[in-house]
Amino acid sequence: MNFFVSLLNSLPGAVAQGLVWGIMAVGVYVTYKILDVADLTVDGSLCTGGAVCVIMILNGSPMWLALLCAFLAGLAAGFVTGVFHTFFGIPAILSGILTQLALYSINLHIMGFGTDNGSKANLPISVDKFPLLVSARYVRDLAIKNPILVLLIFLAVIIGICYWFFGTELGCSLRATGANSKMARAQGINTNFTTVLGLMISNGIVALSGALLSQYQGFADINMGRGAIVIGLAAVIIGEVLFSKVFRNFALKLIACVIGAVIYYLVIQFVLKLGLSTDDLKLLTALVVAIFLAIPHLRSKYFGKGAKKRA
Amino acid sequence: MLELNSICKTFNPGTINAKTALNSLSLSIKEGDFVTVIGGNGAGKSTMLNAVAGVFEVDSGTIKIDGADVTRLSEHKRAVFLGRVFQDPMMGTAPTMSIEENLALALRRGQKRGLKWGITNDERELYREKLATLGLGLETRLSDKVGLLSGGQRQALTLLMASLKAPKLLLLDEHTAALDPKTAAKVLELSDEIVSASNLTTMMVTHNMRDAIAHGNRLIMLDAGRVVVDVSGEEKKRLTVTDLLDLFSKASGSSEANDAMLLG
Repeated sequence: MNFFVSLLNSLPGAVAQGLVWGIMAVGVYVTYKILDVADLTVDGSLCTGGAVCVIMILNGSPMWLALLCAFLAGLAAGFVTGVFHTFFGIPAILSGILTQLALYSINLHIMGFGTDNGSKANLPISVDKFPLLVSARYVRDLAIKNPILVLLIFLAVIIGICYWFFGTELGCSLRATGANSKMARAQGINTNFTTVLGLMISNGIVALSGALLSQYQGFADINMGRGAIVIGLAAVIIGEVLFSKVFRNFALKLIACVIGAVIYYLVIQFVLKLGLSTDDLKLLTALVVAIFLAIPHLRSKYFGKGAKKRA
Repeated sequence: MLELNSICKTFNPGTINAKTALNSLSLSIKEGDFVTVIGGNGAGKSTMLNAVAGVFEVDSGTIKIDGADVTRLSEHKRAVFLGRVFQDPMMGTAPTMSIEENLALALRRGQKRGLKWGITNDERELYREKLATLGLGLETRLSDKVGLLSGGQRQALTLLMASLKAPKLLLLDEHTAALDPKTAAKVLELSDEIVSASNLTTMMVTHNMRDAIAHGNRLIMLDAGRVVVDVSGEEKKRLTVTDLLDLFSKASGSSEANDAMLLG
């Protein structure tokens, strides 16, 4: 009985975390599903967003400006990866890894802004002293400041903007680039430009999610983005595997990613309550993602058309 | 309309795999010409089309389309002038986007793409009309994903996309080679209709000598990266496959007029 009570108690926290990571998953969706690029920059840009946001709030910046700058920092990170990939011809995965590595140092310096040695690995921010938008403290309160409500509003706005943007001429050209870049060029689309733009948008959204995550947990940390891409992919893929048959509209597909992220965190909560050590979480995450990535492949291999012929 | 002035292209230069694909090739095409291009494997047919389209930069020589020097222009910028259909039916369309979205991309070829809606309602009417002319029933399936279409349907759609915004030059790169004979014939027929409807200047690469003779008003044959046969007008109309094979042996100085060229 105690198990269920404590599980129930942990549900709001899991949902809120899922929603923060849901924003991140929308960013991952832009590169992974639309642009057809696995972008590893996000492991670094998530922390960049958090670091920029926290350091700015600590230095007295208004909230909206801190969020905007976090978003811009994410755009810049995506831009660097995009230039590595298109202008210098480095494979996309490697470009992302390079930026991510570089961001490790940059993030330390952002968080160490104003300190003696100019570098810091962890930056706490207290909800008592600063007017944070989202905080884990209020996650069970029935109030406007409940992070779940705030995050839902954020998600609605972000998904709305994405829905609009990917329906525009520019957004369509970005989708065409991911679907068939040769065809896109034949239609006069500068695929280098659209690729860079897609990477920027994606990392901007991821950095924004990092900014909200650091407020939610009350600190920015150099390791907060470690394995972020895997969690983002997990959300995208869980959402797709579960909802691809029902959700056909683009906005619904983005919502599926968010639900995927929430499900992911609910599952994590559940196994933690079952007694799994937090040290083993990354292992579990990797397994979950591997399984969900394998499902579509195995399904078509053993249950799809022609499966019998091969068997 | 198109002027190729001694263009050269060597792939993998300086290596053991070096391959001279275009060897100082010159060609001039007038407005309204429908040129069929034949030649053996590796003769440089597709390479020539790709050079015109800007898939790669040529090593030397100049390429002019409609008077404009495009030799150093990138592929997406040259798209203003060109409609292209590829050999692989998968290449010409975006499979995860709908039929109307693909057409909308094609309608905006060479235009600046901004934050206006990607498709407008007026356009849909135009698309329905145009799709109906294909006679494939696609006009009722505007929002279907192109990935659901067959190879022949996709090639027909790609043809439509290539001509939706009348190009200065239409490049057909063995666009029926991957289709079954019946579908290939249908797509060829459509190509003829579309070309003559807008009087498009066209280059069509084919492996099939009979098609090369039956279509267009001019025929060129490539060998080892240069034009070795160039017939047009009445002379072309009188051509037979046997004539072509003779011309080929004479031009290339070898008698191995291969069966692959004939059968395609």
